Amino acid sequence: MSPGMLAELLSATGAVVLLPVLAAAVLAMLDNRVIAGWLNIAAATATFALACLLPWHMAAGTLLLVDPLAAHMAILTSFVAMTTAWFSLPYIATEAASGRLEPRRVRHYHALFQAFVAAMLMALLSNNLGVTWVSIEAATIAAVLVVGLPRTAEAVEASWKYFMLCGVGISLAFFGTIVLTLAVLPVVGAGPDSALAAMRWSALPTAASHAAAPLLNLAFVFLLVGYGTKAGLAPLHAWLPDAHAEGPTPVAAVLSGSILNVALVVILRLRGVMDANPAAMAPGPPIIVLGLLSVLLAAFSLWRRRDVKRFFAFSTIEQSGVAAFAFGLGGPLASFAGLLHLTLHTLAKAAVFQCIGHACQAKGSQLFSEIGGLLAGHRALALTLAAGIIAVAALPPFGLFTSEFLIVTATMQQQPLLAVPLAIGLVVGGWTLGWRLITLCVGPATPDTGPARGPLVLLPVWLHLALVAVLGLAMPGTLVAWFATVAGSLR
Amino acid sequence: MGEHLGYGTLGYDVAHLLGAAVLVLSFVLLYQRRVGAMINSYATQAWVLTAAACWQGWAQDAPQLYLTGLLTLAANGLAIPLALHAIVRRLQVHRSIDAAMGVFASMALGVGMVALSIMVVLPTTLHSGSLTREDLALALSVVLLGLLVLISRRSALTQVIGVLSLENGLILAAIGVDGMPLVVELSVAVLVVLAFMVFGVFFFRLRARFDSLDVAHLDRVGGQHR
Repeated sequence: MSPGMLAELLSATGAVVLLPVLAAAVLAMLDNRVIAGWLNIAAATATFALACLLPWHMAAGTLLLVDPLAAHMAILTSFVAMTTAWFSLPYIATEAASGRLEPRRVRHYHALFQAFVAAMLMALLSNNLGVTWVSIEAATIAAVLVVGLPRTAEAVEASWKYFMLCGVGISLAFFGTIVLTLAVLPVVGAGPDSALAAMRWSALPTAASHAAAPLLNLAFVFLLVGYGTKAGLAPLHAWLPDAHAEGPTPVAAVLSGSILNVALVVILRLRGVMDANPAAMAPGPPIIVLGLLSVLLAAFSLWRRRDVKRFFAFSTIEQSGVAAFAFGLGGPLASFAGLLHLTLHTLAKAAVFQCIGHACQAKGSQLFSEIGGLLAGHRALALTLAAGIIAVAALPPFGLFTSEFLIVTATMQQQPLLAVPLAIGLVVGGWTLGWRLITLCVGPATPDTGPARGPLVLLPVWLHLALVAVLGLAMPGTLVAWFATVAGSLR
Repeated sequence: MGEHLGYGTLGYDVAHLLGAAVLVLSFVLLYQRRVGAMINSYATQAWVLTAAACWQGWAQDAPQLYLTGLLTLAANGLAIPLALHAIVRRLQVHRSIDAAMGVFASMALGVGMVALSIMVVLPTTLHSGSLTREDLALALSVVLLGLLVLISRRSALTQVIGVLSLENGLILAAIGVDGMPLVVELSVAVLVVLAFMVFGVFFFRLRARFDSLDVAHLDRVGGQHR
């Protein structure tokens, strides 16, 4: 590592990544569960505060890249990580008390959580194709280990599947990375640091415009399949429902929101690289196909789910597909809508998973048949969950209605025929969510087996939902301008 | 440099030979029916890969490739095979392998994979040096054969060997591209070791949960049907 890179890591931008790394190291050695929980919260909150400063540190270095897209996604990821850390404190205490999580594994949980967050932030902020790849792989390994923490056969199965499928996906992405480097190397020219220069995200579009088109095509196919696996896009989505359902719930919330976003951001950047070269294949259609396939597959799978967490995992696949579809369409409107959708879905889905976590602990099960009539015994939780599900189903007044409306509008303008399957998928998905909302909240109450909690534990959820509602009803002008800047930077 | 290495020169021929040997060892992995032999084939593949990395380091005049070779030898060639043998002894894994596919079918599919990767890579890389092109085609074949091992075996241990041999293919691809930064190769090596440690943890958990390393048990848990 050159002194320049070290200086970058020690800058304000690098601190966003370094802080969770340090926290992970400290937490790995800390045995006191209470202190560890609070330290986890402190580290996540400080990381979020640092990430909020990123828009004032726009720069493209050798190692780190802060452009509007990276800054936006880093703020979002660290925000979800922060609220999830708050949520983890009571959740993990209950899990440990009930024996589902061994006491010594609580330490692993906190350390891995911070490592996971650090790897995701590094992937988002890195200016190097290879470093992004390494970070995503590191995030995968951390997530796999967290998913496998509960001592159940299902958790072992889920983490095995997660590791195998994502390992294969990420290997294909690595092959794509090598081919992409090979394609742009002759353009950048020979030199001691030419390969590093060739792998810079900030330099890739320019370099790609002069590169050999067939090589770019080959690289793109491998990268799309590889990162598509991580984004939960069909047909390589099989790991996602298992990982969400069997791991600790806070991780499901972060997984749903963040690791998928990281992969989608990479796909989005690749789109820009491919667009720069007119001779290369159009990147839009393959992304559209994967996105639409995920939407339809997930929408029709939702009907048959009997497990709550698995159900919402499939809903995540659907929403990830919607965002990918919008990015595939391209153009100012679709990019803006896709980005808004990604942001709002992350916030709404994390809120829903946190509610579901409380509900599952209260009822001692994660099957729909054993969680019902929440309104009777847990009024605050039921109302919050209902609001969250309405938000995820993209009904007004929440912001997802706006983003999906914009995406459908953009589809009507650009590809009218594709609007039909997209609308079918969205309606079927929304319908099922509404039906499940009713079975969860209304009706005869199922018996409680876990501890009841005051409404205060729902604070992070309310924060999420308030943001989603504000962004739907009255988005402040500065935020509109910010989203337009981010969407504009994509082309 | 890749460009002045053409057919008939020593640098080209030896690099080609070593790359092809890695591929042949992938086929050996594909038909092995005993766990011990499979681990040994994997180790041999890593040794040949080490030789390939060092040779490329000499041919490309890139000293950092020697370091790549050294790391490959230490991790993939020695540490991981020894650990695998230890796991086989500790967990008393069945010595014969339960394959989901017959020898003929898997070999035929394997040949198909190689043909596929040649058809994909060679026409798209016309602008690159011939050594790079062929190396990339060989590497993609090794990657695809690793996938084939992965899907044609039922035991968790042999699936892991499939993934590890797939990673060997990735290293082969990385060393073939002239000017690939060392950071990339180093990180692959570190990740192979990390991934293997995670796998090791899993073996013991699988064994504790299911009393077997047969992944068919995983399906029976039935998470996916819920």
